[in-house]
Amino acid sequence: MKGYIHSVESFGTVDGPGIRFVVFLQGCPLRCKFCHNPDTWALRQGTEMTSDELIDSYMKNRAFYSKGGITVTGGEPLMQLSFVTELFTKAKQYGIHTCIDTSGITYRENDSDYENSLRKLIAVTDLVMLDIKHIDSEKHKALTGSGNENILAFAKFLEKTNVELCVRHVVIEGITDNADDLINLGRFIGKLKNLRYLDVLPYHTLGVNKYKEMGLSYPLEGTLPTSKEKALEAKTHIMSGIKEARTKK
Amino acid sequence: MKRSYEGWAGFESGTWTNEINVRSFIKHNHVPYDGDESFLEEPTQNTLDLWDQVLELSRQEREAGGVLDMDTSIIPTITSHGPGYLNKDKEKIVGFQTDKPFKRALQPYGGIRMAEKACADNGYKVDPQISEFFKIHRKTHNAGVFDAYTPEMRACRSSHIITGLPDAYGRGRIIGDYRRVALYGVDRLIEDKMEQKATTRSAMYSHVIRDREELSEQIRALEELKKMAESYGYDISLPAKNTKEAIQWLYFAYLGAVKEQNGAAMSLGRTSTFLDAYARRDLANGTFTEKEIQEMVDHFVMKLRLIKFARTPEYNALFSGDPQWVTESIGGCAIDGRHLVTKMSFRYLHTLKNLGPAPEPNLTVLWSKRLPENFKRYCAKMSIETSSIQYENDDLMRFTHGDDYAIACCVSSMRLGKEMQFFGARANLAKCLLYAINGGVDEITKKQVGPEFTPITSEYLDYDEVMRKYDAMMRWLAEVYVNTLNIIHYMHDKYCYERLQMALHDKNVTRWFATGIAGLSVVADSLSAIKYAKVKVIRDEDGLAVDYKVEGDFPKFGNDDDRVDKIAHDIVHIFMEHVRKNHTYRNGIPTTSILTITSNVVYGKATGSTPDGRKRGEAFAPGANPMHRRDTHGAIASLSSVAKLPFLDAQDGISNTFSIIPGALGKDDRIFTGDIDIDCIGGACSNPTLFEGLDADNID
Repeated sequence: MKGYIHSVESFGTVDGPGIRFVVFLQGCPLRCKFCHNPDTWALRQGTEMTSDELIDSYMKNRAFYSKGGITVTGGEPLMQLSFVTELFTKAKQYGIHTCIDTSGITYRENDSDYENSLRKLIAVTDLVMLDIKHIDSEKHKALTGSGNENILAFAKFLEKTNVELCVRHVVIEGITDNADDLINLGRFIGKLKNLRYLDVLPYHTLGVNKYKEMGLSYPLEGTLPTSKEKALEAKTHIMSGIKEARTKK
Repeated sequence: MKRSYEGWAGFESGTWTNEINVRSFIKHNHVPYDGDESFLEEPTQNTLDLWDQVLELSRQEREAGGVLDMDTSIIPTITSHGPGYLNKDKEKIVGFQTDKPFKRALQPYGGIRMAEKACADNGYKVDPQISEFFKIHRKTHNAGVFDAYTPEMRACRSSHIITGLPDAYGRGRIIGDYRRVALYGVDRLIEDKMEQKATTRSAMYSHVIRDREELSEQIRALEELKKMAESYGYDISLPAKNTKEAIQWLYFAYLGAVKEQNGAAMSLGRTSTFLDAYARRDLANGTFTEKEIQEMVDHFVMKLRLIKFARTPEYNALFSGDPQWVTESIGGCAIDGRHLVTKMSFRYLHTLKNLGPAPEPNLTVLWSKRLPENFKRYCAKMSIETSSIQYENDDLMRFTHGDDYAIACCVSSMRLGKEMQFFGARANLAKCLLYAINGGVDEITKKQVGPEFTPITSEYLDYDEVMRKYDAMMRWLAEVYVNTLNIIHYMHDKYCYERLQMALHDKNVTRWFATGIAGLSVVADSLSAIKYAKVKVIRDEDGLAVDYKVEGDFPKFGNDDDRVDKIAHDIVHIFMEHVRKNHTYRNGIPTTSILTITSNVVYGKATGSTPDGRKRGEAFAPGANPMHRRDTHGAIASLSSVAKLPFLDAQDGISNTFSIIPGALGKDDRIFTGDIDIDCIGGACSNPTLFEGLDADNID
């Protein structure tokens, strides 16, 4: 089958371990104010490519990816669940390390058909990177257009599958850097037994030009990029929440 | 003849003891070093004092507008200047090109006008007697070349379809095996050259006469080299006896070369592992300490940083800066399977720390998968800290050049003392494509420069027709280009012969006849556009194609797309085959390079709009780079396209200028560590290993 691909990056170094072949998939239901890929929102656009074409591109340069693998991101890659499952199934046949970078927003609780489909994907996935934009559902809604219930439920679902988990959190000053929220986030993810990594990412403004090119107004106009120090501070808060969750048990 | 010298005590003998053969010496006396950098020493007070003095002089030079002092009345030879020092009492390694540091010599043999201009542009005036001498009584390289050029060559030169030719300046790119002076002493080398002269053929063909005259010049240069060293208080007639002498002898040899020759690239060779044999012996004998040896290396490198030439602003614009290309090749592997990294390799790179980062000498690591892990890590660390190390693929070059080659300039590899290069600038293949379309008429000057072939007259370009005409035009270009170079190198040998550098070569030298290509990615994309999209020709009132309109999309070089990468590959091969059809001066073996590093801007300026959508005057991509912003699939795809170019057709080097923001190379250690080292929270880091940080039971 074919997927809708926004673009590929042959030298991805920030989306999972090692040097990675990163596939940006088209389509996302969220409208995060800080999104730096607004050009990936629309569904059924971009280039149509088969999973074989992507695997071929990967295999041609596999020497570079010996410690890396393939990452699907977007967009929201789970919008094209069966395509990603097909892609990863083939990838595993070649022993490629597979990673999904997702917001988890497409998850539906108590939908066993959907869960079964997800389990098929997880079976061929080595690492899930889950972006939790905000631990507070109201604030999550203000930031992204949706509440976070599905996302947190998805995290618990992932825990049950025991797939290796990386949680990512973007720190935006005045929006996602509240100490209590960060500690709460830590408490929540600290309980997830499959949590292996934490990425705390400072907000950047590299996406601003894309909005201009697309004729959109930039929702966070005037918000400054987050400094490294602020991001480190946020990380400390999240870590203290994790530690608390882990020691209580 | 079996020989023995005091300086050889303790070395393992081999072929090198019976003949001039530095590679054999290294093979028998090198011990690979697998350890790390912890043995390295800090700079001594002397080093710091001297370096302060250099920084102060550099500041004065900058304030003076780029040149502090120039010779205007001395014609340079190896012995023309008395000794020069920074501070005689503190310098462990001595010698300057003129009688004082930062004073640039007048070098008229390449061309007197260029030398005059270099002086004039910097506010100096060449002694009128010297000007007259080189205009009337003693011909220069430049004058010789222009006596022989054909009208067609001149036209190609002024239309910039052939550019950057070394016809008014020194060609450079020849590396003397300076190590020979340290290992054998000058007397033994003279003896060897005498024997070579005594055994030339006795029938006096012109090439035999030339050989005999050149050998005489070489012997004279070696005699002068001894005299120059004497002026500094050293007798270099015999082999060096210890590390300090070995570095000094070697440096004198290099210094002799740069006193006489102002070549475009005066590279040093591959000296570190050679010198390590001396250092290991001296450390074992207690002759010197590590600190003393590092000091010598620091002072040596300091001298290399102060090599200076008188040049014009245009020359510096073409080469971006004031480069000397004192390239030193470090590391690599031997063909017996051992790597060639030694402690001396570390010491050389360590100068970047002891003296601070600098572009010269151009420290070039010959990278191999088989280099020891500690050295790889050290290189990476020093690259991050200083951005001053160049890397080249030893695994690729060892295949064609063995294990004792070095890099001249930025990428030209040659076996030391056995191979030299005739530097050949480059041909503008993008302009050549436009000539194919316009029947040899230059798209900018509208002059008939190339042969008057039938131009293409159709509204849309047809791939097969374009390729047929392009092939014919490349054939013409290769011929006029190679013949232009034949004249240049003939005259350079005649009027500006590199006698000392060639004295440090074998009798039978392999000569690489270098050519070069500019605009490869423009050509590849243009042909791809013609093949996979539709390219409409826009003609001016004279019917000359001056612009192109591309309708539709097409594969672009730099995206790992075989459709266009194959075109780029084929163009290199086709052009090289045309080059090979021509007679080359002194039986030079044709090579080509794809490595404009800065001059791509100048070449682009002189070239009209091309069928890939590039507009008139827009810069080409440097070297073999994909065109700017057309590689949209990330670095690996971009590099893979370049890697498909045929190295055996472009053996003189393929360059890909690549810059990347640090963040795109990986995550910041502190924030994006990825793994959660829970154990580190609030205390001891008991287990910082990746993947193992999250066992709740381990929390303190």
